[in-house]
Amino acid sequence: MPHHFNSLVVILGKAVRNAARLRGGGSALPGLFVEKISPDFIKQTLGQLPHGVVVVSGTNGKTTTTKMVVALLEAHGLKVFTNRTGSNFTRGVAAALLGDIDMRGKLHADIAVLELDEAHAVNFVKTIPPRYSLLLNVMRDQLDRFGEIDATAKMLEKIAVATTDTVVLNREDRRVLAIKDTLSGQKVELFGLSDSLLPDFPSDDDMRNSAVIKTTRPNANVLLKKYSGNTATYDLGGKEFTTTLKLNGVYNVFNSAAAIALARAVLAGETKPDLILSTIAEVTPAFGRGEELEVGGQPLELVLVKNPSGFRLGLKSFSPAGYATMIAINDNYADGRDMSWLWDVDFESLSDEGVSEVAGIRAYDMALRLQYDEVTIGHIERDLPTALRQFIDNNTTSPKRIYCTYTAMLALRRELSKITKVEVIS
Amino acid sequence: MTKQSITVLQLYPKDMNIYGDHGNLLVIQRRLEWYGYEPTIIHYNVGDVFPENVDIIIGGGGQDSGQEIIHEDLIKIGPKLKALAENGVPMLMVCGLYQLFGNFFKTLGGKTMTGIGVLDIETHGTQERLIGNIVTTNEEFGEIIGYENHSGQTFLGENTQPFATVLKGAGNNSKDSHEGARYKNVIGTYLHGSILPKNPRLADFLIHTAVTKKYGDFSTDIIDDLLADLARDIASERPR
Repeated sequence: MPHHFNSLVVILGKAVRNAARLRGGGSALPGLFVEKISPDFIKQTLGQLPHGVVVVSGTNGKTTTTKMVVALLEAHGLKVFTNRTGSNFTRGVAAALLGDIDMRGKLHADIAVLELDEAHAVNFVKTIPPRYSLLLNVMRDQLDRFGEIDATAKMLEKIAVATTDTVVLNREDRRVLAIKDTLSGQKVELFGLSDSLLPDFPSDDDMRNSAVIKTTRPNANVLLKKYSGNTATYDLGGKEFTTTLKLNGVYNVFNSAAAIALARAVLAGETKPDLILSTIAEVTPAFGRGEELEVGGQPLELVLVKNPSGFRLGLKSFSPAGYATMIAINDNYADGRDMSWLWDVDFESLSDEGVSEVAGIRAYDMALRLQYDEVTIGHIERDLPTALRQFIDNNTTSPKRIYCTYTAMLALRRELSKITKVEVIS
Repeated sequence: MTKQSITVLQLYPKDMNIYGDHGNLLVIQRRLEWYGYEPTIIHYNVGDVFPENVDIIIGGGGQDSGQEIIHEDLIKIGPKLKALAENGVPMLMVCGLYQLFGNFFKTLGGKTMTGIGVLDIETHGTQERLIGNIVTTNEEFGEIIGYENHSGQTFLGENTQPFATVLKGAGNNSKDSHEGARYKNVIGTYLHGSILPKNPRLADFLIHTAVTKKYGDFSTDIIDDLLADLARDIASERPR
């Protein structure tokens, strides 16, 4: 492609990006623009990087894990490009690139760490084979887009096969672990959990299966050994290290083991355990993933829920005692249209406190779900701004927690930014 | 007074539960309680002893791999299920087990998986996935609202009636407007979502049939289904 045309694309793309930000729009629009005008844009720009590209994929935890990987690599001196927005489709990557490149289309970075949605990652790796990949898990999520869990696992396998150097896999997810046997040229690193932590992570397969038998598993390079309160103990290559964390939620903590395993692979023995631990200790959850805001002098937590396993882990991680709870369920394309998943989550843990506010496009589906778990409901309001106001006004003296689907979270953050400090994401 | 008990058997919850099928069980269980009965739940999995007395049977969908795991066992208990169906026991089979309650499932690769023949239907694997919100109608139950997600396409034989007619969505296949199949009190359907929470009339049909068959009369209690009605209104307006 002629150089002057590429520059034009960059300038136009940046202009669309600024315009989209001014009107408070999503991050994918400018990326869509560039994708249409110059399909080779991402390939050309990422092809310049000396340490190549890292892809993080899987159903749950991509955003927070990517954030941790970036922090670990930066702590070790690398300049990292990443798609911080959580807009993990290809055009989200293009949008993020537009923000970081100079007007000549040059990206000043050593390595790119990208979180990619499984389906989009398959297309992405066809054009840009990653040097490293981290595959987190295959959970039931958005089956209306991907069909079946086994089909999603096949997508992750394609990412692994396209990887040129090292593939990092979750030992505790049997579909992810099985990918190991399909690889030949690549190095494989595993992260895992000690036996005592396994019961905290039931897979979708084991959900209605009380007799979970774990067979002997291969050794993991990074192991989360213990986790209680906010203290975690890791086994890194046979040595134990303990640290306190700012992350909350047992799933976020497991993902820190994934991030460490990936960072160790990228830095190939150049890592310093002390630096790893001090960096992980400072990482806060990614936006909407247990993110804590302040409203009226009380904390307000946003917990993103996208699928049954994520919702179950969220309910398990955060005690409802003393908290006012709101649940906001949308069914836009990015959330998944199918509401079946709500029936694979038990809400009995909310029985004592009840749910103060049920909101979102599918508020009545959520309320119906709570009815069958005999959980009391304060109000049902489909309109998110109204529901949020009502929720805050009715619970002025309590800390608050909102479980929300992806598009509901974006809408709520937008509303919350009018009344409190919300980290701006771009 | 001791409560009258109703035994509900869920087929293969371990391997066939992927689309919120647990919701169907929960709805039957709770509504039985709310009507004043004592539900006894049996989770029947591969290799278990099939119980003597069962009042309601429900089964769900699964991965293709789940269907393979349960297939041999299902064939083994097939005659028992067939006898119960002939005897008027109410059953609800969703997606994967709906297919295997038929005559056969032929995969895209040409492999044939025999069914237990309770329903005179055949299913053929296709490349096309029929997916999205669906609204159907049935004379007895009115509009039925749910979500479908399947690549197997099902066609009815002469001895089975369609369960419903499609108003919005695909249903059994992309050719005719049939959704599901009905034989006596056995209902097979592609609707999950889960189907019973938003279709309480269907849940009550299973419960009412089982209770009157066993005890002759039925509870006079009424359940408030306002939330189900509101959820139905929204669901029927949502894009496919």
